[in-house]
Amino acid sequence: MKYLQNSTLKFFPEKCTGCGRCTEVCPHAVFEMSDKKAVMKHKDKCMECGACAKNCAFGAISVNSGVGCAAAVITGMLRGTEPVCGCDSSSGCC
Amino acid sequence: MDKQFQPVTGGNKSMLLKSPAAACCGPAQKIDDSIFRQDFVTGTFINEQVTFPVAATLLTRKDRWNHVKARTGSFRNNFTVVPGLYAVGNPSSNSDVFVSANYGMSFNYLREALHGMNAWILVLDTKGINVWCAAGKGTFGTAEVVNRIRLSGVEKVVKHRKIIVPQLGAPGVDAAEVQKQTGFRVMYGPVLAKDIKAYVAAGYKATGEMRIIKFGVIDRLVLTPMEINPAMKKYPQFALAVLVIFGLTPEGIIFKNAFYDGMPFLLGGLFAVLTGAFMTPMLLPFVPFRSFALKGLLTGLAVFVPLSFSMADVFQYSELTQLAFVLLFTAFTSYFAVQFTGATTFTHLSGVKKELKYALPIYIVTAVLSAFLILYDRVGGMI
Repeated sequence: MKYLQNSTLKFFPEKCTGCGRCTEVCPHAVFEMSDKKAVMKHKDKCMECGACAKNCAFGAISVNSGVGCAAAVITGMLRGTEPVCGCDSSSGCC
Repeated sequence: MDKQFQPVTGGNKSMLLKSPAAACCGPAQKIDDSIFRQDFVTGTFINEQVTFPVAATLLTRKDRWNHVKARTGSFRNNFTVVPGLYAVGNPSSNSDVFVSANYGMSFNYLREALHGMNAWILVLDTKGINVWCAAGKGTFGTAEVVNRIRLSGVEKVVKHRKIIVPQLGAPGVDAAEVQKQTGFRVMYGPVLAKDIKAYVAAGYKATGEMRIIKFGVIDRLVLTPMEINPAMKKYPQFALAVLVIFGLTPEGIIFKNAFYDGMPFLLGGLFAVLTGAFMTPMLLPFVPFRSFALKGLLTGLAVFVPLSFSMADVFQYSELTQLAFVLLFTAFTSYFAVQFTGATTFTHLSGVKKELKYALPIYIVTAVLSAFLILYDRVGGMI
């Protein structure tokens, strides 16, 4: 299953050292190793979880990650803020 | 509670005590022993004069029942494990350290997966939230990993300097930073705890398959109760609104006929919850479109167009009310379908924002318009 194609994932190959961390942490196999460097093979499978960017010690990946649930986005839209997750209330959180 | 499994079998370093609380070493020492009082603690394990709780690796009937409760209701908010270091089996200073969240289900799946192994479990304080969600919010994160390594005493317990963090914890954990601050190298284990044995056996290597999160029919099914539940919480308000609208007459609100006249809408609300929060998630891969709002629009139309005709026959609704019926409940269905994005394993924030930017105003306008259509149809002519 694939979602909308507007993921904010960006890859800067010139900064990649080929450590392979991104291929280890991505749960959708967006990155693959090729010729000792990472390649962004399936950008459309990115879910913006942020694992790759967080674990890339060389700043070769950037992505806007955040709370992705609709309830949080709606609360944020209605309040005019960033997505707010209602985790503190009794409502079941993601 | 029965202790079905007692992994500590002997050895001079280990001892099994009937009362875990009795493991505390002297009257002068005031230790919070809540960690030992948990149901799954089968005994204590002493290493370098420090006592650790031993976690059972077989899940009991009660554990499984807790999973059901957590999947269906607010029990999930209190399903916690005391953070700290736990022993599994008869671990040594060479045994692996597996990191987990302090959400009961996360921890239970891990200890079950470690059955027959000798290992350590380092439970982080993630405020009772599971690994992936906590990682997304950063509570399963670099700071807490560093903090818990220091607090738990794991540095003294093991000679090696590596910890195995679940792959889904990676959004919150900067592996390089953890190593810099603690000396512990972070190795990312498989997505699912059940693959841990194979991962370890393969020399701490996960296959490509183990690194990918799936979203099969069972995965989706177990998530639907927590989609239906919150939706149903708003049902009483919806029902009241329906009764008020259908009870409106030029003489005031008369509920006598409102129940009968409003019945299709009262039922429609229930159908919308089922269609949006259950049927759409279950049929997810088969419903066209990538957008969840559009998926919900399709399933909503598929259910409510035919339904509106049969309702119109039985309740003698006019075309205007029939139109309101389709509009309102298709919008509801789409709304509930979009809510499911929070539970999926493949949707992203930018997409949800984009969908809601156009969908949310449409939902609001549609709801208001539907109410107006019904009112106009019922009392408009009389005023």
